[in-house]
Amino acid sequence: MNTPASPAIGAHRAAATPIVIVGHVDHGKSTLIGRLLHDTGSLQEGKLAQIVESSRKRGLHIEWSFLLDSLQIERDQGVTVDSTRIPFHLGGREYVIVDAPGHRQFLRNMITGAADAEAAVLVVDAQEGAQEQTRRHAMLLRLIGIRHVIVLLNKSDLLGFDEARIAQAEADVRALLGRLEIAVEAVIPASARDGDNIAARSEKAPWYEGPTLTEALAQVPPPGSRAALPFRMPVQDVYRFDDVRYVAGRVERGAVRTGDRIVIGAQGQVATVVEISRWHAPESTVAGAGESVALRLEPDLVPDRGDLLFPADDAAAAPERAARIRTRLFWLRSEPLRVGESFTLRLSTAEHDVTVASIDAVVDLDTLMLNPGDSVPADGFAEVTLAAAHAVLFDPFQPGLSDGRGVLVDRFQRIVAGAPLIGAAALPDGARAIHPTASRIDAHARAKARGHRAAVFWLTGLPGSGKSTLARRAEEDLAAGGSAVTVLDGDTLRAGLCSDLGFSPEERRENIRRAAHVAKILAESGQAVIVALVSPLRADREMARQIVGESFHEIFVDTPLATCEARDPKGLYAAAKAGKIPEFTGVSAPYEAPDAPALVLADGDAAALAERLAAFIRREVAL
Amino acid sequence: MISHSEPRVMPESHVMDDLDQLEAQSVFILREAYRKLRPLALLWSLGKDSNVMVWLARKAFMGRLPFPVMHVDTGKKFPEMYAFRTEYAKKWNLDLMLGDCPPVEEIDPSLPPAARSAARKTAGLAKLIETHRLRGVIAGIRRDEQATRAKERVFSPRGAGHRWDVRNQPPEFWDQYATPYEDGMHVRVHPLLAWREIDIWRYIERENIPLVDLYFAKNGKRYRSLGDSDITFPVESNAATVAEVIAELETSKTSERAGRAMDHEAEDAFERLRVAGYL
Repeated sequence: MNTPASPAIGAHRAAATPIVIVGHVDHGKSTLIGRLLHDTGSLQEGKLAQIVESSRKRGLHIEWSFLLDSLQIERDQGVTVDSTRIPFHLGGREYVIVDAPGHRQFLRNMITGAADAEAAVLVVDAQEGAQEQTRRHAMLLRLIGIRHVIVLLNKSDLLGFDEARIAQAEADVRALLGRLEIAVEAVIPASARDGDNIAARSEKAPWYEGPTLTEALAQVPPPGSRAALPFRMPVQDVYRFDDVRYVAGRVERGAVRTGDRIVIGAQGQVATVVEISRWHAPESTVAGAGESVALRLEPDLVPDRGDLLFPADDAAAAPERAARIRTRLFWLRSEPLRVGESFTLRLSTAEHDVTVASIDAVVDLDTLMLNPGDSVPADGFAEVTLAAAHAVLFDPFQPGLSDGRGVLVDRFQRIVAGAPLIGAAALPDGARAIHPTASRIDAHARAKARGHRAAVFWLTGLPGSGKSTLARRAEEDLAAGGSAVTVLDGDTLRAGLCSDLGFSPEERRENIRRAAHVAKILAESGQAVIVALVSPLRADREMARQIVGESFHEIFVDTPLATCEARDPKGLYAAAKAGKIPEFTGVSAPYEAPDAPALVLADGDAAALAERLAAFIRREVAL
Repeated sequence: MISHSEPRVMPESHVMDDLDQLEAQSVFILREAYRKLRPLALLWSLGKDSNVMVWLARKAFMGRLPFPVMHVDTGKKFPEMYAFRTEYAKKWNLDLMLGDCPPVEEIDPSLPPAARSAARKTAGLAKLIETHRLRGVIAGIRRDEQATRAKERVFSPRGAGHRWDVRNQPPEFWDQYATPYEDGMHVRVHPLLAWREIDIWRYIERENIPLVDLYFAKNGKRYRSLGDSDITFPVESNAATVAEVIAELETSKTSERAGRAMDHEAEDAFERLRVAGYL
């Protein structure tokens, strides 16, 4: 066992090529995969017997799809729900076959399976021809940038492998894919059930001279190299271990070498790479596309997660920079998308707040035409312009590359859309357009001018716990010391900005969302912001934290319920107990205490607590 | 056990091979988990896959693990595994947390016997997650091990009761992973999902990662997968070194989990275990 590892010279093994199988429900995707694995001898021992047994139990002859449809619901209902990936070996090359569901309801699972595929097999029932999901999947293949598409005309036995009828079916599919500008590698008349033209040439179609499916798969070229492009690395995280700072990330394009001068993100600071650190790996002064590395920089700057690193001394090698970006979007939420909605745009490791500034065109799936529209339906496709609050650095999406691939995330951190970036959008003429503008003053410059940093201090606690009182006293104290400080308290907000809101859980959440956004704006102007809001639910406070970002500090004003009731400064507890106020926190609605507040204010008189609060804030905003 | 070796020497311009790519992707996933999910812990089952996972975490964080490793101990592991745990927790400087499991009598009696025994681990894991209020749990499952694991996400959110909602998994593409929002949720992180059994062994060979001896043949038998000693059985094999195991796997067509009794009791036994929170 002590034999040292000594890989043979030239034993380079390429990574597996992912191939996704897509198409309309019931056109035979899972059957195809079962047949493919069986005919190429890729099944594990006993697997065939298992499938025969599962099929027999359900009164079926032999159901190949059971190979991949492993979930009970999938077998009982005969439908693939979620994607499966299976390794597959063919002629000395490794593949991963991805079985994607064809049912519209599971489109998000289809994308999950298909998104990183190198090639796709589009399965089309030769008799039925292209159906709704055939078109939808073809559209997605184009949007996610799959470059190699093989069409399998399945169930060709139903057409008796008749040359003329198959030629017609082929012409129809080619016309459809042609309109989507998808180049087709091959159109193969086949029967997955019987194995015709899958791994072996069928005798039933002697006229067919094109490749079998396995021959077509063997012809898919390996992924192209990204090494020759200008260097890009989005910062994933920054670590400090044993007093050494590491800037961690994955190289997405090009290569970086020690000694290279690089620009850090939109702020544009420049640093030199002094070391490419790896653990238990060969020393190397270069890292290329695809490698996860950690850089040491000189000067020892601290980039933020999401900052894009790129070459400093070649203007032609810089990424695009824009606050309005055109995207080609696929929409995954069940409710339609409308202009004015806000999301987080995730782009590699970066996150940007964006608003849908305009819906420029919506795809009609029946005609595949781009039409004007003011909303994008569920599972729909559209060209959409996003407006960000700040300039975004990006590279437009290109098939085969890993960047320029945006994803929209809602405030519950759910992925609701894929948004490949097309390029910077020209400004529209109208004043109606939503156009958040980026400030030209950065946070650091503001802090320097003010003499302190900005942050948000979120006070949560029962009604009557003393949040507003403590906030106001601390405000006075800090202002007297020359700090820029603002208090946002619940009653003040509800008197104005939030006067349209009541106290249902949804309206409370909206109240908190607005408060968090206002707090964020104030903090961006350089202020210390104290928010005093009951904010009883952890999930809502978590949302506020997400909105505000890293400068968010949760502070728990931990006054016992009995004390609050006894104080009852606004007479609310009495009214709630008398049933006059429904859903009153602490009486008839829950209060969830924070798990790990940055500060707890308990046990003390108001003056002492306010002093502690002010001291805490002073410490946190100190330069 | 295998001793440490010096890192390999490689030419400067380096074309990534399959193991390099798997490693880079796993490192990316581990760094995402560490950034997005705290408190975070890594499940160390003492088996080959979780040793590879610890190794990859050391790759991600410059030789150290900035979060604890947890061993959910059924109390029924092989003695060799406990000896290994003691030795490498120290050598690798791991912050080791142990979790115990309830007796089998407290487990759902409608499960088949071996699955019922395996479900003890689920209960032990649930307790650890709750005690430490974990938001992220890193686990070493792979897609090629078992058909329901093939349907998993890299970041797999678990709601209240830790249930795996197989019918409603979030979309996951372009390296964008779901992060939990609601209280009481956690995410199972699966950095080895794309690895195959043979990749694991080739990586063990390349990196010289130490393993429990039970994986290597004695008297014509070896363990291919390690679980509780009473429901795990050795397979016929003469592979006594890492290289011999790799050679064996290159021709083998039997399933890795053939020796794990709980997988074979009923068609849906494993899915039921997983939905309830098993790995």
